[in-house]
Amino acid sequence: MSTLLTLAPEFASVVALPAADVPPSVPRADFSDTPIWLSAVKALLLFVFLLLNTLVVIWFERRVIGRMQNRPGPNRAGPFGLMQTLFDGLKSLFKEDVKPAAADAFLFTLAPILFATMAFVSFAIIPLGGTVNLFGHQTPLQLTDLSVAALLVLAVAGVAAYGVILAGWSSGSTYPLLGGLRSTAQVISYEIAMGLALVAVFLYSGSMSTSQIVEAQRNLWYIVPAFISFVVYVITMVGETNRIPFDLAEGEGELVAGYHTEYSGFRFAMYYLGEYINMFTVSALATTMFLGGWHAPLPFNLIGDGYFDSGWWGLLWFTIKMWLFMFFFVWLRGTLPRTRYDQFMAFGWKLLIPGTLLWVMAVAFIRGAQLGFLGDSSIAIAGREIPIATLIVIGVLLVAVLVVLWLWETKMTEREEAAAKAADVPEEIDPYAGGYPVPPLPGQRLREPSTYPALPRAGATATVVDTPTVENKEA
Amino acid sequence: MIDNPYVPLLFFMTLGLLFAAGSVGAGQLIGPKKANAAKAMPYECGLQPSPKAEEGGRVPIKYYLTAMLFIIFDVESLFLFPFAVAFNQLGLFALVEMVLFVITVFVAYAYVWRRGGLNWD
Repeated sequence: MSTLLTLAPEFASVVALPAADVPPSVPRADFSDTPIWLSAVKALLLFVFLLLNTLVVIWFERRVIGRMQNRPGPNRAGPFGLMQTLFDGLKSLFKEDVKPAAADAFLFTLAPILFATMAFVSFAIIPLGGTVNLFGHQTPLQLTDLSVAALLVLAVAGVAAYGVILAGWSSGSTYPLLGGLRSTAQVISYEIAMGLALVAVFLYSGSMSTSQIVEAQRNLWYIVPAFISFVVYVITMVGETNRIPFDLAEGEGELVAGYHTEYSGFRFAMYYLGEYINMFTVSALATTMFLGGWHAPLPFNLIGDGYFDSGWWGLLWFTIKMWLFMFFFVWLRGTLPRTRYDQFMAFGWKLLIPGTLLWVMAVAFIRGAQLGFLGDSSIAIAGREIPIATLIVIGVLLVAVLVVLWLWETKMTEREEAAAKAADVPEEIDPYAGGYPVPPLPGQRLREPSTYPALPRAGATATVVDTPTVENKEA
Repeated sequence: MIDNPYVPLLFFMTLGLLFAAGSVGAGQLIGPKKANAAKAMPYECGLQPSPKAEEGGRVPIKYYLTAMLFIIFDVESLFLFPFAVAFNQLGLFALVEMVLFVITVFVAYAYVWRRGGLNWD
């Protein structure tokens, strides 16, 4: 802000900014009692937490998918098959790591390492719980907090796209190249809608620091005022992580396995691991941004003066919320087929991006009205003071939505009528007109033939039907 | 006491890097190595690999267009982020300013749409 002011003093005078920094309404996580060695320990703990979660989620996914498809899923290795993922990982350690002759040796190894490393980074800014006592120090259950924490996640997602495109390019093979291109185009297209969806949250919280965003949701989760943002975010997070129904980069019917076709052994395992950690990251961000982060859900936060809403309890609530999203991912995979690539891109560019942009502007107006930018007068409805501007803005928005829906419906009806006219389907057809039976189109009637064509008798030659068909005439 | 909040981030990234590089390295050490000509060929489901053009081949123009559009909208969201964060300090002027900005971007967007830039095929 100060840079902006020094660069453009005349701008500042027009806007009449408050001179000093306005103190934020909610406090940020306090790291003053966190020595540097404790940060290192916390980094290690968080790392182990993530790896354990990944080990369990792969087992979880296979079990749940199994149940959805009426089969038990992996249940042999260890209790309930829980050790399956660990043994799979160990197995891939003992497999040959093939590098094709045409591959670029350095980038071929760098790409999976970059992908896996970047997958870990974002989790550092996620608040997992309240302030706890760790080795005699009062420290928040969050590795670090930045004033641009949410931006960091988007930036890291952008760098992770390099892991994909470099893998595709360095493999020296056709399918990985196509898969890498597709995946990158997909990730960058949906990243815009994801970033725009988060803008609504920033408008409400007035901050990008994750701890502040979580703290601001103590009373009301942002899923309520920013519901459309939440829906957009959930759609884009599936697109970002290359998961079904948006796993077009790995469409095995078209691209073998997409960008990691040429990978095997532990280099492949890095992509596998990175994909699941990415899923955790986007789920954790969704929890932080829209579902109140580590705060307890409604009945529990009222018990015992917020006893369940502090300290280590936060880790429990956070993990539950994050795993709900993981279940959602698995559920999608058990339910939906893959979309077509052009449909996927059209959906992103023609609906999600403009729609989210309009939604953000709508939120800006609602927020502006709430903050009194559009006038201060208010009326009392049911004992609560509600600014008139808010009511007007919401009214205008509702009318605008209705008008758009009405226009849309009119256009769709017109289009359907035009399509029906263009097709010019006759109402009744003779199924045998072409010489062989033809099924009717929707809405068509069949003319019942007065006499059915004679069936071929045993031993009869080619001319069975009396009416000569087109082909017969030509012959 | 840490002044710089990026230091723990660096710790975490180092851990990730050590894990990723270490396990890939271990896999290369432990795993068997039985090279043959077929393994070293690009995988195309058992067919003869398709011949490569010089310098990695040509890329459909659509990807280039998508990248350009990405830059337009990414820069736009770059303006929206600080606007959103500082919104309660900016007031009505910034709101009107942002509406004008978004309208300007929508003009470009409508142009791209009409010219078929958003159609994949």
